[in-house]
Amino acid sequence: MNAARLARRAFMLLGLPLILLAAWWVASAGSTSPFWPPLQTILETFPKTWTWDRIVSDVFPSLARLGIGYALAVIVGIVAGTAIGLMPRLRALSEPVLEFFRAVPPPVLVPIIALFAGYTGWLGKIVTIALGCLWPILLNTVEGVRGLEPVLTDTARSYHLSRWRRLVFVVLPGASPRIFTGARQALSIGVILMVISELFGANRGLGAAIVQFQRSFAIPQMWTGIILLGLIGVMLAAIFKVVESRMLAWYVGQRQIERGE
Amino acid sequence: MSIIQSVRLRSAAADATAAGRVGDDVALDLRSVQKTYDTPGRPQVEAIRHLDFSIRRGELVCVVGPSGAGKTTLLRSIAGLLDLTAGEVVLDGEVVAGPPQGMAVVFQEYGRSLFPWMTVRQNIELPLKEKGIAKAERHAKIDRALEEVGLTEAAEQHPWQLSGGMQQRVAIARAIAFEPSVLLMDEPFAAVDAQTRAELEDLVRKLWKDLGVTVLFVTHDIDEAVYLGERVIVLSNRPTVLMEDVRVDLPSERDQLTTRSDAHFGELRGHVYELIQRAKRGDRPDAPPAAASSPQEA
Amino acid sequence: MTTTPTAAPPAPRAARPRTRRSGRRNDAWLGVLGVLIVLAGAELLSRTGIVNPDFLPPVTEMYASLFQLLGEGSFWESLWLTVRGWAVGLAAAMALGVLVGFVIGSSRFLREFTNSTVEFLRPIPSVALIPLVVLMFGTKPASAFLLVLYAAFWQVLVQVLYGVADVDPVARDTARSYRFGPLRVARSVIYPTALPYIMTAFRLAAAVALILEITAELVIGVPGLGRDIGIAQSSGNVPETYALVIVVGLIGVAVNLFARFVERKALWWHPSVRSEVA
Repeated sequence: MNAARLARRAFMLLGLPLILLAAWWVASAGSTSPFWPPLQTILETFPKTWTWDRIVSDVFPSLARLGIGYALAVIVGIVAGTAIGLMPRLRALSEPVLEFFRAVPPPVLVPIIALFAGYTGWLGKIVTIALGCLWPILLNTVEGVRGLEPVLTDTARSYHLSRWRRLVFVVLPGASPRIFTGARQALSIGVILMVISELFGANRGLGAAIVQFQRSFAIPQMWTGIILLGLIGVMLAAIFKVVESRMLAWYVGQRQIERGE
Repeated sequence: MSIIQSVRLRSAAADATAAGRVGDDVALDLRSVQKTYDTPGRPQVEAIRHLDFSIRRGELVCVVGPSGAGKTTLLRSIAGLLDLTAGEVVLDGEVVAGPPQGMAVVFQEYGRSLFPWMTVRQNIELPLKEKGIAKAERHAKIDRALEEVGLTEAAEQHPWQLSGGMQQRVAIARAIAFEPSVLLMDEPFAAVDAQTRAELEDLVRKLWKDLGVTVLFVTHDIDEAVYLGERVIVLSNRPTVLMEDVRVDLPSERDQLTTRSDAHFGELRGHVYELIQRAKRGDRPDAPPAAASSPQEA
Repeated sequence: MTTTPTAAPPAPRAARPRTRRSGRRNDAWLGVLGVLIVLAGAELLSRTGIVNPDFLPPVTEMYASLFQLLGEGSFWESLWLTVRGWAVGLAAAMALGVLVGFVIGSSRFLREFTNSTVEFLRPIPSVALIPLVVLMFGTKPASAFLLVLYAAFWQVLVQVLYGVADVDPVARDTARSYRFGPLRVARSVIYPTALPYIMTAFRLAAAVALILEITAELVIGVPGLGRDIGIAQSSGNVPETYALVIVVGLIGVAVNLFARFVERKALWWHPSVRSEVA
């Protein structure tokens, strides 16, 4: 009984991925096309390409830049977003400007920042990532703070909560679902910028390595890079989900009950 | 309802008001309170024209009025959440400007007045922390409040895991743990089912007697007002003035079955009902009661 | 219990002072003021030399360059290519995402069966595909198309899946008890419920599509404004670089406004505006 349910869950979880992998394996097995090497070849190339040394020299720096830029964006976005959200005048003043910066597709920041900081060092890349990630976090924080339940604000006021306590125990938790929405959008933008920022000038890094493989027609290696980048994206999303489900457990639970699940 | 009876009721109310004014045990005093919403680009709305009454320490007073009588405006004004246009609210001898220290409010929207990201215990604890109460004492107060409302078991749960009635109990526990001079309740049971409502009404009576807290209870329900209150303040339609201050001279030991079937309960309810009906028709005491207002303005 | 109406509906909240209308006009003026402050500030920073004018030319020069561009045919050609690439990719992603979403969403088995795969493929950054599309299509618009399609498709699919899952089971049972055919159920029950989510999907996907279109132009060299920015920058024409960035930003603003406009038009009947779920 229990075993049957376990088997069913395993089938649901792994069934389609296995079918797709098998299809890829079979379809590409005898491939002689230079662009579509057999999956077998790609998998054999993987450990040879991504040795520990290479991970340390290419992958870790990319992730570190992403981490620093993203963290900066989160801090600045939440602080500025909370301030703007709490001050209606400031919000009215800054709204059109922020809407414009949000609407600028982040990759065009690259040539602009290249003017200031050059593009060989870390600085330009980190600034690019931070600036690209900033706007969704900032604007969602503003919305979250603004959309705070008025009864909660009244409650906080009638119990004399100090400014600081109101901020920490009422405003930020109340805005946190929206902040996470922004942070999630920012994360995928951050990964895009992590790759793009390495495509300009002479560079090292995961994105740079993949393009290097492509330019030198090392196609199976290029494919391993694509797969690795995909895995990193999946991993980051999974980490994000764990953090979110911890910090927003109350929100998820509340919504489930509201929807009668 | 005979004329004689209504006269008797009215004089009783007058006595009560007079007694409240003279003694220095007044907890809450409304002096010529007036509120007009004046928003640029919008027609002026005169919500409260003139209100003048006081509540003695340890009293349980209900406020009823026809819908749209400005009950919530009144409560928000008393709670210091709304600025008055004229007049003043005095709590413990101090004029209210902004939310006063000695007041706790239980809002109608129980689901939205509790912090969903905190457990029941944390919800009750936050205002106590703000008061600067030491940890051990805080915990003792929380436990006592939870026990009073019968929620000891639910302390570690989140509010949204509880039923509507239990959530409102949490809000009440938070308010009584705060130990306010005056407990304001804004139609707290309007959104719960009838059985829960009866239980919560008895809970309020019990807490009032056990803790001796002063309660101002706003409701639209005439039965509830008469059942709960020692006095019922009936409001007119908008712009609000005082229709009548009705003294509820029922025995202080009340229960849902005997009290509600008591003949005198029926009379009082009938009287208040009639007042409300008159208020709905637009019948209102013309001017503010001159005797009550003139000494206050000095 | 949350769905059953309570005996006594909560009394309407008392009128609270809100300065809605006049406030909105004031807000608009403040917004204009904000824009002017930023423009004047940038101009000053550059004119006074606090920021090197080689990096940040005066705003007036950027706009002079912009007006010059407006007179050039090649600019309009690039603008057209960018907008076309965005629109085609977005339309394809919407069509595909809605179709696949409806098919998967309407069957519990398919939903569960595909869940792990969707959750795995979705976070794969579309830029990972850049080397592949370069090999396949070079700088042809098809490169940009594939990147846009991949990025926008997942946004749409996930929203549509949420939307279809949100269908009230009672409504579905009602439809079934009246023996509606599957097509009629899709049209009269599932589609109206999912529509707000589809609109949200459109808004999110429209923004993502523009990002990827510009990325493809900038990084791969697909013709369009993104490529022009790259060329202007590498040839040292700083005012033109900024002018083009401003144009792209304005396109972004226009895309957002357009998406919100479509959302409002399509949902005028809908009581609530849904918040984003993804």
